[in-house]
Amino acid sequence: MSQLDKTIVGDCDKTAINPEENYRRTLQQVGFIPQGEVTKEKYKQLGFKCGLEIHQQLLTKSKLFCRCPAGIYQRGDDYNAEVIRHMRPTLSEMGGYDGTALMERKTRKNIIYRIKNETACTYEIDDTPPFKIDTEALEIAIEIALLLKTNVVGELHITRKQYLDGSIPTGFQRTAIVGIEGEIPLREKKVRIIQLSIEEDSCREVSDIRHNRVYTTDRLGMPLIEMVTYPDMLTPDEAAEAGNYLRFLARSSGKVRTGIGAARQDVNVSINGGTRVEIKGVAHIAWIPMLTHIEAFRQKALLAIREKLQKCIKDTSLWEIRYSDIDVSIIKKIDIDYEPVDRAVAVNLPGFAGILSHFTQPGKIFADEISDRLKVIACLEKPNLVTSEQFAGSGLAVEDATWNEIRQQLDAKEGDAQLLFWGPEEDITTALETIEERCRLAFEGVPDETRKSLPNGTTLFERVLPGPDRMYPDTDSAPLSISNETIERIRTNLPVEVIYRMEQLNKWKIPSDCHRWLLRKNLAPLIERISNDFDISPKLLGTIFGHNLKSLDGKRKPPQRVDSEFLYDLFKLLYKNGVLPEFAPELLALSCTRTNVQVDTLLKEVNFQKITMDEITKRIPALWDDLKRLNPNLERFAMIRWLMGRLRPYALGNVSLSDLRSEVERTVDHG
Amino acid sequence: MADAVQGYRGEALTVLEKYGVRVWSEAKIKSTRGDFEGIVLPRAENDDNLHIVLKLDTGYNIGISVDTIIEMKESGYKEAHYKIPEQEFPVSENKPSVKLFGTGGTIASRLDYRTGAVIPAFSPGELYGAVPELADICNLTTEKLFAVFSENMGPKQYIVLAKAIGEQIAKGIDGIVVGHGTDTMHHTAAALSFMVQNPPVPIVIVGSQRSSDRPSSDAALNLIHATKAAAESDIAEVMVCMFGPTSDEYGLLHMGTRVRKMHSSYRSTFRTIGDIPLAMIDRKKITPIWQDYNRRRQDHGVKILPYFEEKVALIYYYPNMQPDIIDSLVDNGYRGIVIAGTGLGHVNKPVYPAIDRATKAGVAIYMTVQTLWGYVHMFVYDTGRDLMSLGIIPTENMLPEVAYVKLGWALGQTDDLDEVKKIMLTPVRSEITEREPYNGYLIFQGGVPEVEKFLHSIHR
Repeated sequence: MSQLDKTIVGDCDKTAINPEENYRRTLQQVGFIPQGEVTKEKYKQLGFKCGLEIHQQLLTKSKLFCRCPAGIYQRGDDYNAEVIRHMRPTLSEMGGYDGTALMERKTRKNIIYRIKNETACTYEIDDTPPFKIDTEALEIAIEIALLLKTNVVGELHITRKQYLDGSIPTGFQRTAIVGIEGEIPLREKKVRIIQLSIEEDSCREVSDIRHNRVYTTDRLGMPLIEMVTYPDMLTPDEAAEAGNYLRFLARSSGKVRTGIGAARQDVNVSINGGTRVEIKGVAHIAWIPMLTHIEAFRQKALLAIREKLQKCIKDTSLWEIRYSDIDVSIIKKIDIDYEPVDRAVAVNLPGFAGILSHFTQPGKIFADEISDRLKVIACLEKPNLVTSEQFAGSGLAVEDATWNEIRQQLDAKEGDAQLLFWGPEEDITTALETIEERCRLAFEGVPDETRKSLPNGTTLFERVLPGPDRMYPDTDSAPLSISNETIERIRTNLPVEVIYRMEQLNKWKIPSDCHRWLLRKNLAPLIERISNDFDISPKLLGTIFGHNLKSLDGKRKPPQRVDSEFLYDLFKLLYKNGVLPEFAPELLALSCTRTNVQVDTLLKEVNFQKITMDEITKRIPALWDDLKRLNPNLERFAMIRWLMGRLRPYALGNVSLSDLRSEVERTVDHG
Repeated sequence: MADAVQGYRGEALTVLEKYGVRVWSEAKIKSTRGDFEGIVLPRAENDDNLHIVLKLDTGYNIGISVDTIIEMKESGYKEAHYKIPEQEFPVSENKPSVKLFGTGGTIASRLDYRTGAVIPAFSPGELYGAVPELADICNLTTEKLFAVFSENMGPKQYIVLAKAIGEQIAKGIDGIVVGHGTDTMHHTAAALSFMVQNPPVPIVIVGSQRSSDRPSSDAALNLIHATKAAAESDIAEVMVCMFGPTSDEYGLLHMGTRVRKMHSSYRSTFRTIGDIPLAMIDRKKITPIWQDYNRRRQDHGVKILPYFEEKVALIYYYPNMQPDIIDSLVDNGYRGIVIAGTGLGHVNKPVYPAIDRATKAGVAIYMTVQTLWGYVHMFVYDTGRDLMSLGIIPTENMLPEVAYVKLGWALGQTDDLDEVKKIMLTPVRSEITEREPYNGYLIFQGGVPEVEKFLHSIHR
């Protein structure tokens, strides 16, 4: 018996594994239940903790460190020139290498940047040092720092934050802290803010296949703020609530970008015994509850796996994989669209029986954790492996007889698991290291990772979680003093706090289903202004915006009519012409069918006729006669509805519909 | 407590001393803008004296205005030890030996808190830690001759460097690399071209346009290229090795007398002027472009001519230049002047008397062109002929900086102006060429459709 074999004793799963059955069983063992069915108590037991990093683009004319215009986007294949770069890890200021940097080094990626003259200059491709930071962006950041009640720094120090994935051609993001230690109020608690920083946005990825990753540089360098909370959110719903609050707060400044990609969330999740895992690039706040819920249970599953492995493998330090080349034709039999396949390698994972098909996330097993890393680190496109615990439906089956041969070749024991992977010669060594590393990390529990979010709530490995060792002062820029005068000038013009706006919406009795959208679009200040200037009830305005305008906005992309000035002018037009505000939805609907709209002509365009209450009520007797003749047996409410339906076109905007309804009711009740 | 308050002066220093807080200590600060906590970092000398720099837990740095500080307290101490991980450079018997001379520059560098900029780090071990690929190319030894920024390189350094190269060649080294800041790399390249004549091995000058403390630096690849050129190429010339395009694709080897820095910040800043580069180089191969370069030899012979007269000036002519510019050089004892003239090599009439006075005083005056490309042709216009009759000597297509270096070198050897003229006009190594190839002048203009098409199809 080899030394290795001695390490594997005891409780290893030696029964034949049915992978699907194992998945179901382990899912139950972990206690996974769908999000929404879990109580607050349950999250407390898990030790669920969540913190947010909200990235919000600022609405500026220029990029942050150069004079290129901000907010112009091109298609990935629309470019003037390409530059290719390779990244090398460098030391941090405190003298360490960052783990992420070393991981990215292994990937040996060719990073290709696509440049379009309109949106990128030599700064973006790191051939020109940074220009002075954009003042407009900095002042917006200070404004939001004050809204977050943070302590604003005395001097801004531009720092380089390393990103070796290539998403920034310099290999680092220029970023600076504007304020630290603030707070926001949620319904039941206060959430503490760690910091607000101002930073440049990264490139947009066009593709990432094998060793070639392509980026477009249009978004690169646009000003962003990052708002970071402490891990104070103890349930997935609280996380979403905090996310919404931060978004509303940023929007309340009226100086941030909106639309796809303008705000992105990174979500940090941990549970008792687990570790902080960062889910990157969550596009919608509505996804946060599901993602954090599933991540909490993924961590629980990894802890369960650790426990099983610890029982099975006595001395994990002696644990190692055994591998051997196998006939590439075995792979060829698998229906995969992949090349080049120089080599196929079989790997024995001692003691991992029942682990590879162990539940990790809904529809995902531990083998996926290995596969994800093979894709990212060894650049092997998926599918990149087959295991001895492959689901039957995966379409990647290897015959039992072949597995038996492989087990023999690898001198495998009961309780071991095997996997096969394939790829070009140059990537095999990295792949083997990656497989061994991920398995070893299973002995420790939950690895430090950043993960990519998928719409179904599950996540994929993206990279090793970076630490403070990736920070370095930007030697290209001098520190910038932020004076008390600047802060006080910005403070005197701060928008009203979001919490106050929330209370206002309640006080105004605007239907609660409108609130989120009104806050998102920052419409409370407009409601207040229109209400004051034209004597319209805020409740009516809130309802028109929150129902009619929202529905129009959702249906039609352009033309965009959620524009404060346009909406103000529209109500002003009604007011000046003595038209009741209830008529507004008609004009909004019309305006959304046009690209160019002159507010002043809208009333003419819908052919609005002024009619008095008397003129309308005069029509009631004749209609009443018609109704009795045509439909004498209708119930009372239906009669009222029938009559109102016929009078509405005349009444809308001219008279109060509830006043008219009283007239109609009188007729119906008393003839 | 001098070192304990590194870089702090004035009010900031007073505050640190008042609360007894040292640089590198963990400090808690109460201020009118709220509470802050972090490690107190040194202050760069050129920054103001109104702020204290803190490194927060998250790795970010911030500054606190001293006039907002209410209280400060030291709670611990954590000094950073920034060191490039050093590993012994592996030696293998069958690999060529390369000597790397350090002069400064940013081949490998670390942060300097005094200036807030980067300073070089250098030992073979450090280099191996940062660029392990070097061990696949050669057995590397290093020697730090000076640690100066490029702009501080001058005649004294040229002479030390030339002698050191001579010693290494005599000892049988297979190739020499000189790490150099990029700003005046072409001056040094010219000086070495004249001072180290007919070397048997490649002498490669290299630097980086982006400091090596950034992941996208060109330092590592430039160093790999330069070391490979020194170790493996058969081009026994004094060369500059820097990026060809801005992309991490290949480097170019430029003849030391025909190369010039042409962009303040681009990676591909070095260009051969009035000719084509010597060779292309990438990680895998060296592709000569020239045919008639000097081949590597097995002997250890080299001629070292380490001379330089420092009283030489290079003046860039502009319309309305006043004669007193030249007068003042003569009055200050200058022995040689190189003029970068307009067009084919011209200056205006008002300076004629000053030139006349200078040549009569025994000052050697040579004419180059500020167009950089093309030859001095002083016979075409009367102006040129007048100038020559005043004693100005045209230098063909020698680059202005090269002519400056050569004149200093020539005057360092002799006082005899006829001898100086002979030295100046006899090419040592391509500083004057007989013919300009059709592709020696290429400055593409963006926006032109065929150029845009080309740019779209290659990696820049």
